[in-house]
Amino acid sequence: MSAASLPAWVLASSLLPAVLIFLLPESRRRTRTTLNLAAAGLKLVLVAAMSWGVVRNAPHEVRFTMWPGAEFILRGDALACLFAGLSALLWLFTTIYAIGYLEGAPNRSRFFGFFSLCVASTMGIALAGNLLTFLLFYELLTLSTYPLVVHRGTEKALAAGRTYLRYTITGGAALLLGIAVLYSFAGDVEFKETGSLRAVAESQWPLLRVAFGLMIAGLGVKAALVPLHGWLPQAMVAPAPVSALLHAVAVVKAGAFGIVRVVYDVYGIEFARELALLVPLTIAASVTIVWGSLRATQQTDLKRRLAFSTVSQVSYIALGVSLFGPLGTIGGLVHLLHQGIMKVTLFYCAGNYAETLGVHDIRELDGAGRRMPLTSAAFTIGAVGMIGVPPLAGFVSKWYLGLGALEAGHPWVLAVLIASSVLNAAYFLPIVHRLWFRNASAPWPDERSFGRFETSLWFLIPTLATAALTVGAGLFAGMPFSPLQWAMLITRREYLP
Amino acid sequence: MIDAATPLIPLAVVVPLLWAVLTAVRPQVRAAWLVVPGLLAWCTTAALLWSHVRAQGVTQYALGGWAEPLGIGLRADGLAATLTLVTAVIASACALHRLLSPPAEFADHAARWFWPLFFLLGAALDGVWLAADLFNMYVGLELLGLSAVGLVTVAGTTIALAAALRYLLAALLGSLAYLLGVALLYADYGTLALASLANGFTASTTTLVALALITAGLCLKTALFPLHGWLPPAHGAALPPVSALLSALVVKASFVMLLRIWLGPGVSLLVPAVAQGFGVLGAGAIAWGGWQALRHAELKMLVAHSTVAQLGYLFVAVPLLVDASAAARASAWDGVMLQVVAHALAKSAMFLASGALIAAVASYRVDDLAGVSRHMPLALFAFGLSAVSLMGLPPSGGFSAKWMLLQAALASGQWQWVFVLLGGGLLTAGYVFRVFRASFLQGAEDRFTPTPLGWDVVALALAASAILLGVMAVAPLEVLRIGAPPSVGLLLNGAP
Repeated sequence: MSAASLPAWVLASSLLPAVLIFLLPESRRRTRTTLNLAAAGLKLVLVAAMSWGVVRNAPHEVRFTMWPGAEFILRGDALACLFAGLSALLWLFTTIYAIGYLEGAPNRSRFFGFFSLCVASTMGIALAGNLLTFLLFYELLTLSTYPLVVHRGTEKALAAGRTYLRYTITGGAALLLGIAVLYSFAGDVEFKETGSLRAVAESQWPLLRVAFGLMIAGLGVKAALVPLHGWLPQAMVAPAPVSALLHAVAVVKAGAFGIVRVVYDVYGIEFARELALLVPLTIAASVTIVWGSLRATQQTDLKRRLAFSTVSQVSYIALGVSLFGPLGTIGGLVHLLHQGIMKVTLFYCAGNYAETLGVHDIRELDGAGRRMPLTSAAFTIGAVGMIGVPPLAGFVSKWYLGLGALEAGHPWVLAVLIASSVLNAAYFLPIVHRLWFRNASAPWPDERSFGRFETSLWFLIPTLATAALTVGAGLFAGMPFSPLQWAMLITRREYLP
Repeated sequence: MIDAATPLIPLAVVVPLLWAVLTAVRPQVRAAWLVVPGLLAWCTTAALLWSHVRAQGVTQYALGGWAEPLGIGLRADGLAATLTLVTAVIASACALHRLLSPPAEFADHAARWFWPLFFLLGAALDGVWLAADLFNMYVGLELLGLSAVGLVTVAGTTIALAAALRYLLAALLGSLAYLLGVALLYADYGTLALASLANGFTASTTTLVALALITAGLCLKTALFPLHGWLPPAHGAALPPVSALLSALVVKASFVMLLRIWLGPGVSLLVPAVAQGFGVLGAGAIAWGGWQALRHAELKMLVAHSTVAQLGYLFVAVPLLVDASAAARASAWDGVMLQVVAHALAKSAMFLASGALIAAVASYRVDDLAGVSRHMPLALFAFGLSAVSLMGLPPSGGFSAKWMLLQAALASGQWQWVFVLLGGGLLTAGYVFRVFRASFLQGAEDRFTPTPLGWDVVALALAASAILLGVMAVAPLEVLRIGAPPSVGLLLNGAP
């Protein structure tokens, strides 16, 4: 295996396991588990090796021609490594979680096959070197997550799957049209730091704006921009590891990441500002942030509240991207990682409560801190991090977003951030209060015992690991290879060519 | 242009014809012993012909040494060579499906005629692809219609017989109209060879009437909306391998003839109004076929209506093929060629996979598929992959074709076709996901009939090639451009 083909191997490290798992009989539990974990571990190593190429400023690249005028490009640039690193890391934890979660459940072969396929698509999205390759994996992600959303096969799950498809397939069509319009006069546009469309004649600028609008609308469906977010709260009927995948590892991230790519690497942030494309995006992101938080306060189902919280939090990324200036960029990019780590912790915790105690509703959580102290501690860290309390990860994001807003000359965005933080506190702190400061009023709805620990170790280890990461990403933000430092590296390359 | 390799052209017709005779006179021989060597010979001939055309460009062959306009000419351009190869591959897959079927299905005496009709159909298809004149095309078309009708009746059910009768009527009417048109053209021009007609038709009344007859006949045979009524019952009622052949290839024969006539000598008469008319009918097909596929309860009827819709894409391309912009024309040609091949692979895979699913649940209804995702993962996966191509989602041949048609539409500024193409994709997603939705429902456990694993493998192989075509389209497109009509403007590899 030559070093240059590394991106292809990153992709293959989940594509091949997917095929093998599909072919594996349902009963080969041990082989499947080994294969899953080995693939997840191997991928982390490969992504790390690929990142080293970025540090040396010699990114790895694989390309071939699909048909005349259409290249297939996989390239491990700095932004790609950011997203691939996040997904590879969280995939490892989510795989561990899923193995425990599906213990004894039917259709595991199918589940883990599509699970791997889903991560393969996410890797493809991260590594795509042009819009066409991006689109290819973006649609593949839609198709490979559908079977996971409807996995339980109940009427409710199928209804959620239908909603999911209506939104994402239509969004995919908008994205396709946007990309096709762009190709029709700009040709095959490769992702490049500082963008590559500046050469387009001024007479074509209206079309550039149309293409931008279509692409953002298409990406906004997965990124759950209001009013395109309707599928996300409904999809919470999916099993807990799938929710983690939807909310933190793959799907909404793919949309947000696509927005980052389009603004920075297709249009270039300066050119996007010249075209007056940034302010509408700022407004859309701000509306989403406030609306998502408002709706979250009204939910009593824990996963539903978390889902609306995602709607709000993911738009921090789009907000940071739309703020012109290096500080806003840093804030948006670093939140891509931080939101993933924090939200995955929260969804693991929600899964732990549901699987161990049978608790789904927030009002049933009273006193859960005493019964499950470790899970509740992790939940508290995730929640406090989301609110943006220093020194946790969320604080770093909000700090840079705030500075970025001032730098870009939009002080009103500060008000949005403050309002959102207040609302975050309003919907997270009551849960924390119930966990620790109230006594259980009734027996748990459906309690299961997992022996020595408060819940299965398959659940506990990923939960605690990501909670530790939430603390670490904030405390050690100044260390090399922290999310913040990596975001700064990308920002330098975007603004200082 | 006659060289040592040209006998490959007649061989592509003669080999299946020979096996049609062999299987007819020796039905008592165990099918596999006779059929498999025939398939091998056929595939080899087709592959050699394809690589010959790829290397040497357009190749002609004059039967009996008589050159045109007197003799019977055969001509292998990129389109013909590719379709000959695709025919051999898909026919072999369908034959394997048949050979792997449990013997109980052969009880009917009509089944005796399956193999002779099957090979005759193959010979007729190759005859149409390779024909260099309008009369040879007629012969191929007529044989094709009769053998196709015969194959539908092999299913042996009353429904199949009724559908076959209706199909026969449409087929005869179509070829009659075509023959009348050809006779009129002969009266006007004194020749039927496409090469001799290359100077183009003149807008005389006879020619216009002739073209109208030919077009109506061929549109009926290719089931263009609103002349599609005969197709869904026939394709729905036939045996799975027969449905696969009919949907993948047979309906394409008359479309290829239309393309050869209208883009060849007829191109001067393909004025915008006529071209747009084809496009509108194509859009109607996409909408109507998709709508019908959404509401039919039976799986094979869904797939058959999908064929009606997918044929619409081919006609939507017509106004783009004669657009003023050369870039649009070139892109449209690539797109329509790729769509022909990608749909052939994907739809044959889908019919074979549906056959397996239907046999497993012993019901034709989509709603009865509950639980098959667990019991028949491979067949469902093959269905899924072919659906990806039909929906035009990447990566697949269907996507690449749609992308090229989109580029053609954008380059020509004809935005209406952009929306038709995108809307068609959404409609397709709507009806194929009906099947997945049903298959993911939790169903009862023990009601499934076991089906041969080979069925799934064959369908999966076809579906996978439809997917691969999307990312490895360089070589196929290169060959498909060889000998493209001059009006399209893609004279790349030594066309005549």
